[in-house]
Amino acid sequence: MADLDTLVNQFQNKNQVAFEKLYSMYNKSIHGVVYNIVKDTAIADEVMQDVFIKAWHKADTYSSKKGRFFTWILNIARNAAIDKTRSKAFKQSKQNLNADFFVDIIAGHDNLDDSTDAIGIKKFVTQLGEKCKAVIELLYFKGFTQKETSEELQMPIGTVKTRNRNCIQQLRDMVL
Amino acid sequence: MDIKAYIETGILELYVAGQLSEAENQEIYGLLQQHPELLQEVLEIENAIVKLTAAVSPHAIDFDSFKGKLNETDTKVVDLKPKKPNWISYTGWAASIILAGGLLWTLNQKTALELQLQTAETDKIYLETQIEDAKTDLAATKNWLRVIRDKNIITVPLGGQGDFATSFAKVYWNKADNTIYLDAEGLPNAPQGKVWQVWSLTLNPLTPTSLGTIEDFNTDDNKIFAITNANESQAFGITLEPTGGSASPTMEQLYTLGVIDTTP
Repeated sequence: MADLDTLVNQFQNKNQVAFEKLYSMYNKSIHGVVYNIVKDTAIADEVMQDVFIKAWHKADTYSSKKGRFFTWILNIARNAAIDKTRSKAFKQSKQNLNADFFVDIIAGHDNLDDSTDAIGIKKFVTQLGEKCKAVIELLYFKGFTQKETSEELQMPIGTVKTRNRNCIQQLRDMVL
Repeated sequence: MDIKAYIETGILELYVAGQLSEAENQEIYGLLQQHPELLQEVLEIENAIVKLTAAVSPHAIDFDSFKGKLNETDTKVVDLKPKKPNWISYTGWAASIILAGGLLWTLNQKTALELQLQTAETDKIYLETQIEDAKTDLAATKNWLRVIRDKNIITVPLGGQGDFATSFAKVYWNKADNTIYLDAEGLPNAPQGKVWQVWSLTLNPLTPTSLGTIEDFNTDDNKIFAITNANESQAFGITLEPTGGSASPTMEQLYTLGVIDTTP
């Protein structure tokens, strides 16, 4: 995947074309993560765009040695979304956020296109065990650490790791 | 190194989730350079997560509509021109201040005028009182005039006696209504503890009859006093007596005396 490395390098050199490619690869994912936290389409739109703007301005702070580019921007997104939910204006407008997990949101999308990805993911979330749903929700969508996840789910820390592995494996089987 | 076992630990899933320490990240980065199958595994995990997370989003926003925002932010950062003064705001404030000043000035004017009005009112009342007083005086004077012009009136001048030669008085006697009008303008004020007493006298033999004391002499304005007199008087005298009057006149204190001229 030398292509991705090249893109990221170009992006770090303020190449807008490279940035556009990265954006089109990840914007929907970032939007999904943010939306899962803020539960509001318009706010998610705004936060997602802010995330990419921030990434563009802070491009030089990314290093592939510290992790994947996707992981880097995912981290920015989770922090931005959580910051947003802590803002006064947000708290006033969203007194009671519904407690939907990502699985509920995906299951609730009626207008998913008929691509294999969409079909596979929908199938995946309906068949996913409760523990898997929770582990994926916390680790990927909420940014909990392995330790926090183990405490939250009252599960040994090692089990979090292996169970997560199994859950992601199921996902891969269906969407890849 | 057993690559397969390493993969099975689930550490790469946590790597993609971003939940490893910086040291672990560094270590994995090194391993990924050496073992393409590890890199392949990471790519697949990442790809699955990208698809999963994308499925949560209700819609995508294309780059073109986003690009505008990016440039907007760029220019925003560069654009640090000082803010133009807000003239509308300034004008508004100035107008408010002028208006407030105007209101204060008007209020001051109003207070001043009220004060003037009050003064004028007081002056008016004072003048009305004066007019009233003048009217009363005029009425009293007219009455007095009417009295002394009466054809039945007998005028008796009372001259100063002894040490009191400068004193004088006049009695106007209306026999018809048994009243004398004493004009005592020529007498000084009665000193403390003393009072003027008026006497009616018959001459043969000399008999004084008290017509009473003049208690309000000092405060009276025109010094004219109406006194009842039913006696067949032949003369009138005025003496200064202790307060309350005396039964008979103190001759040393006889100020004025006047005999009625009986010659027709």
